[in-house]
Amino acid sequence: MKKRTIAVMLTAAMAAASLAGCGGSNTGATQAAASTAAASEGATEAEKAEAPEEKAEEPAAAEAPADGELIKVGIINNDPNESGYRTANDADLKAMFTKEKGYDASFAYSLKNDEQITAAQKFIQDEVDYLLLSAADTSGWDSVLKDAQDAGIGVILFDRTIDASEDLYLASIVSDMAKEGETAVNWLASQELDQYNIIHIQGVMGSAAQQGRTGALDEKVAAEDSWTLVTQQTAEWNSEKAQQIVQSVIDSGTSFNVIYAENDDMAKGAVAALDKANISHGVGKDVIIMGFDCNKWALQELLDQNWNYDGQCNPFQAKYIDEVIKKVENGEALAEKVIIMDEKGFDATTITEDDVNNYGI
Amino acid sequence: MTKKNPVLTSRQIFIPIAALLLLALFNLAVDPSFFKITLGRNSAGDPVLTGYLMTILDYGSEVAILAIGMTLVTAACGGQDISVGAAVAIAGSVILRVLVGIGGDGTLQAPILVGFLAACVVSMLFGAFNGVLVAVFRIQPMVATLILYTAGRSIAAWINNNELPIVTDKSFTYFGGFIPGIPIPTPFFLAVVCIVIALLALRYTTLGLYTQAVGINASSSRLNGLNPAFIKWLSFVILGLCVAVVGLIKTSRLSTINYSVIAKDIEMDAILAVALGGNVLSGGKFNIMASIVGAYVIQFLTTTLYKFNVSSDALPAYKAVVVILLVVLSAPAVKDKLMNLAKRQKGVG
Repeated sequence: MKKRTIAVMLTAAMAAASLAGCGGSNTGATQAAASTAAASEGATEAEKAEAPEEKAEEPAAAEAPADGELIKVGIINNDPNESGYRTANDADLKAMFTKEKGYDASFAYSLKNDEQITAAQKFIQDEVDYLLLSAADTSGWDSVLKDAQDAGIGVILFDRTIDASEDLYLASIVSDMAKEGETAVNWLASQELDQYNIIHIQGVMGSAAQQGRTGALDEKVAAEDSWTLVTQQTAEWNSEKAQQIVQSVIDSGTSFNVIYAENDDMAKGAVAALDKANISHGVGKDVIIMGFDCNKWALQELLDQNWNYDGQCNPFQAKYIDEVIKKVENGEALAEKVIIMDEKGFDATTITEDDVNNYGI
Repeated sequence: MTKKNPVLTSRQIFIPIAALLLLALFNLAVDPSFFKITLGRNSAGDPVLTGYLMTILDYGSEVAILAIGMTLVTAACGGQDISVGAAVAIAGSVILRVLVGIGGDGTLQAPILVGFLAACVVSMLFGAFNGVLVAVFRIQPMVATLILYTAGRSIAAWINNNELPIVTDKSFTYFGGFIPGIPIPTPFFLAVVCIVIALLALRYTTLGLYTQAVGINASSSRLNGLNPAFIKWLSFVILGLCVAVVGLIKTSRLSTINYSVIAKDIEMDAILAVALGGNVLSGGKFNIMASIVGAYVIQFLTTTLYKFNVSSDALPAYKAVVVILLVVLSAPAVKDKLMNLAKRQKGVG
């Protein structure tokens, strides 16, 4: 009897948990959503970030301090196992902040804000020169960043912004997700279809990537009569869910000619459903396929003309951080606090083998 | 509640079948085209059957396979394994590691069967780990499996050195798709094979009886010469085997893996299937067929909701409503009340 009650309670708790989880993503709660946002920013082979590595080499080698004094940096990042995006990001940082390039770098990884803050405090005690931070959560950073400032440590944010006064950090290097969405939608508009019947597969609701990439499309659909959303569903960055969503549209017999998936994984799932139903896709075919993140395999699909478009979400921030540090070391003023990285959109008709190798993550 | 056929309604499998009929009737009333199945060809030119019902058979099979193992675990241990999603990630990772390897170019380095068998072994080992925690150290199953639930996906990523191998070989897609020439989705066949094996094992061995005895009262079954620890442990190992099959289906669907999202929340569906099957969640009597029907009911519900364009992040909420209803209905207090009510009505009539 007692056992049974416990079981009943546990099951009820589980049910409640699933409800709560759903509510969280709806309201766009920063904590859960933000961490899953980049968590699933697509994923691919853990290829080293070859291209930026090479590019970065020239200036860094030239400017390496002759007296052998190293710039001490403490880098706090999210767990590189989290996604292909993060793996590429971490590899990029590791390639840049080496002894050969004049840096003495220590790394700390966590997906939890409190652990990251502890790591930051440790770095401050170790008297690093610069603290590089990709915060797990947007809030809670004020006091520790103030400590850093008092200790004369320069803080540079990368990838994620935080809710703190701008005075507390030197620079913030981020992606503009809204611009990513705009670039994609402009590309789609340039295809000049008579009618746009779009299946829109969204990421985890409330995440920055989802909001930016959805916003541009929503605006366009509202503005143009010839643009309609056949369905708009979140697959939570999950390819299997995307496959089911597209499968459901196919089963219903509704016609569509564009799939706008907010990351590569979901586009892949969508394509799997199309293949099963023998619906042709790609350049000059029935359905236009759009993805984001520029995974290497996804760009390969573009090169093979199976997909039409892929939008970049740039994980290679090391080069920008390096520039900022060099400028500060030389006593130059920074032109702007928030540095938005260049991000491209690739078209299957113009993409080259080199693009795949240089920009694939 | 009319008591025309008390024998039928009091049977355990009545609940999931009633739920299935209810959903089917609902769809029939709203849009009969739900049941339309068409024979077409996929992009490889092979015949395939498509339609909502086929989608249900296809995706429901994954949960159905897991429900077999989950039912046994529930019956023997009186608790549930919440690590199956993470375990599926591990199984899938092992398959890809064996088939493609780290830094491979996508061509098969080993027969698919070898990859699958390796996944079976690894999954059973992890199942055995859970089993030892539960059976020997007597940790509450949900707490014991919380370990693997937390660590599993990282282990899966570690197995492949955090790479995401992609299998380019066409034959690997058969398991989550279609075998050329057979228009019915392969996952359904795999589910049927698993179900048949499970039912045969229950019919011709003492597994079912022993599991039930241990679940109802472990100490009295020990006094009767059974080894409750072994039976509990065995149920987790069997679940591990089910996990390996699902891992094969999942990785085959897309020919790759994403450690953080593969089979996400599938444990909830599997547990819900067991609950829907009318199995006592605190252990004891069980009915595997009822759980399996329950699994297809869940997929039926999911597909129906997708059809009506219900936002997919609201799906867990609907499932939660179902769980709450079931749990409340099967709670002893409510059950007794209903029984009394039925008796009184009978007395009046």
